[in-house]
Amino acid sequence: MRRVTLSVERGETLCIVGESGCGKSLTALAIMGLLPRRTRRTASRLALDGIDLMAASDAELADLRGSRMAMIFQEPMTSLNPCYTVGNQMEEMLLRHRKASRREARDRAVQLLEKVGMTAAASRLQQYPHQLSGGLRQRVMIAMVMMCNPDLIIADEPTTALDVTIQAQILLLLAELRREFGMGLILITHDLGIVARIADRVAVMYAGQIVEEGTVAAVFRDPLHPYTRGLMNCIPVPGKVARGSRLGSIPGMVPSLIGTLSGCSFRERCDFRRPECEADIALTVATAGHARRCIL
Amino acid sequence: MSQLLEVRALERTFRIGGNAFRKGRTLKAVNGVDLAVASGEILGIVGESGCGKSTLAKMMLGLLEPTGGEILLEGAPLAAMSRLDRARRMQPIFQDPYSSLNPRQSIADIVSLPLRVHRIGAAAEQKRKVLEALDLVGLARRYAGSYPNQLSGGQRQRVAIARALVMRPSLVICDEPTSALDVSVQSQILNLLLDLRRELGVTYILISHNLAVVEHLATRVAVMYLGRIVEDSDTESLFRAPKHPYTRALLDSVLTPEPGRGIPDAQLGVAYPNPIDPPAGCTFHPRCRHALPRCRVDAPLPVREAGGLVECHLYGGPSA
Repeated sequence: MRRVTLSVERGETLCIVGESGCGKSLTALAIMGLLPRRTRRTASRLALDGIDLMAASDAELADLRGSRMAMIFQEPMTSLNPCYTVGNQMEEMLLRHRKASRREARDRAVQLLEKVGMTAAASRLQQYPHQLSGGLRQRVMIAMVMMCNPDLIIADEPTTALDVTIQAQILLLLAELRREFGMGLILITHDLGIVARIADRVAVMYAGQIVEEGTVAAVFRDPLHPYTRGLMNCIPVPGKVARGSRLGSIPGMVPSLIGTLSGCSFRERCDFRRPECEADIALTVATAGHARRCIL
Repeated sequence: MSQLLEVRALERTFRIGGNAFRKGRTLKAVNGVDLAVASGEILGIVGESGCGKSTLAKMMLGLLEPTGGEILLEGAPLAAMSRLDRARRMQPIFQDPYSSLNPRQSIADIVSLPLRVHRIGAAAEQKRKVLEALDLVGLARRYAGSYPNQLSGGQRQRVAIARALVMRPSLVICDEPTSALDVSVQSQILNLLLDLRRELGVTYILISHNLAVVEHLATRVAVMYLGRIVEDSDTESLFRAPKHPYTRALLDSVLTPEPGRGIPDAQLGVAYPNPIDPPAGCTFHPRCRHALPRCRVDAPLPVREAGGLVECHLYGGPSA
């Protein structure tokens, strides 16, 4: 990741979109303070509602995680503990972060499971994660992060492992919760369809940098960075791309991020490459609310 | 057009949870499927996880014995065919090119394996065929000596395609061929599959949950729900005017990249039913917006019309 600048407001959805290895998940982990060992985080500013996360100690961060910011992962089976019941894990959130009795925690868990559309909520508390389907597990995961009413939710590919019908339901749920509780939502995905439908703003990442950022309407109407344009040409869009016709593609491969990098990281694959691309390029505003890291 | 592959009343049941003393329960993964793929077609099979599409694919590949019905490949029963015969005519491409290639073998070994198994040509001819296959899938010849871990996901999937095509089979069954790949790589693989169809005249069966991909590639689409084909039609009419309420719900759930349209609510309400305990009557009725009283009791029969099929009480009149 290199010099990523992001912001998300209350009640706003920011989507980070990019392909594998572009650094979108690392961005999320860096915000949460959950980076793997042997990685380093530097930032001129990283703050949640005015709290400086760079200055916070590990203990303070642990207090913030779960209570004020929470994360939803792609595969709920790996992020839920298989040895504890759903109820146990949900209640723990409240018991750990708030002064709540077991009773209150239980009531809130039932209330939230109902909120995320689970039938027989009270009896679900006794179940273990393996007894639930993928869609239900992801609902449990969402209900769990809602336990403490966080200000910020980061969802990393929350629906990638799910069927289309369930995907739509889960996204609908996230959008509703965000509206109702005024949370900020950062959603990480590789699916431009999801971005178009749920985001207010979108940041396109490539090789650890944000190459384009703007409101969803602006970016989809007029993608400015060649990489964004390439991505959009790669997906078959019914009605716009003739059936069985050749799809666009982006030649070449993502550059290695090892060592020092300079210049535009997309230049090797770009059709519009110029000598100026060898120099570092800043993210500059093109029109109000729409910026790109490109000289074109 | 002649039928390349025909599936008739195909069934597959699994025993769940039984042991030596207790009879388990029966799961009908595939429950009476009729399908036909004509030469040159691309048949897309769509449906949610657990609907039986992978079980169906395994049976078509001869990797799993059906418990009922039959499969005909080029007019001959698949069950009577030897494994080599089957493999000569039909090859699979799997979802995950990270697990479908042997990490200890070089690309040349992987692609030439079918030739060695079928004892086709001497070493020199096999080598030539391998290089041709690599050219065909757009992989540089210098990769022949490489190992899978030296290749990217897209390149590995090209190797898997080269291996499938080196014997020039008439039918290739692709099970989620691009689901594990990035968007920009996915488009390259889809382009490649289409090119190969034009050049070699291969017929594909494409199993996918990505409806945009199926709409783009397939010439015909079969929609599966709880082990049955509930709708089968040419791609154009299926996507323009879906008939079965389940097909409609599936299509409504697709998120096309069009901002401002919001997230659709397919109103399927209740979760996908447990296949061990399928609902009575039409298995879709608990989730159906248009359910009639009889849907709870009678299972609908397939209604055939102009090259298509739909299995729903809303169609085909009261006597159907």
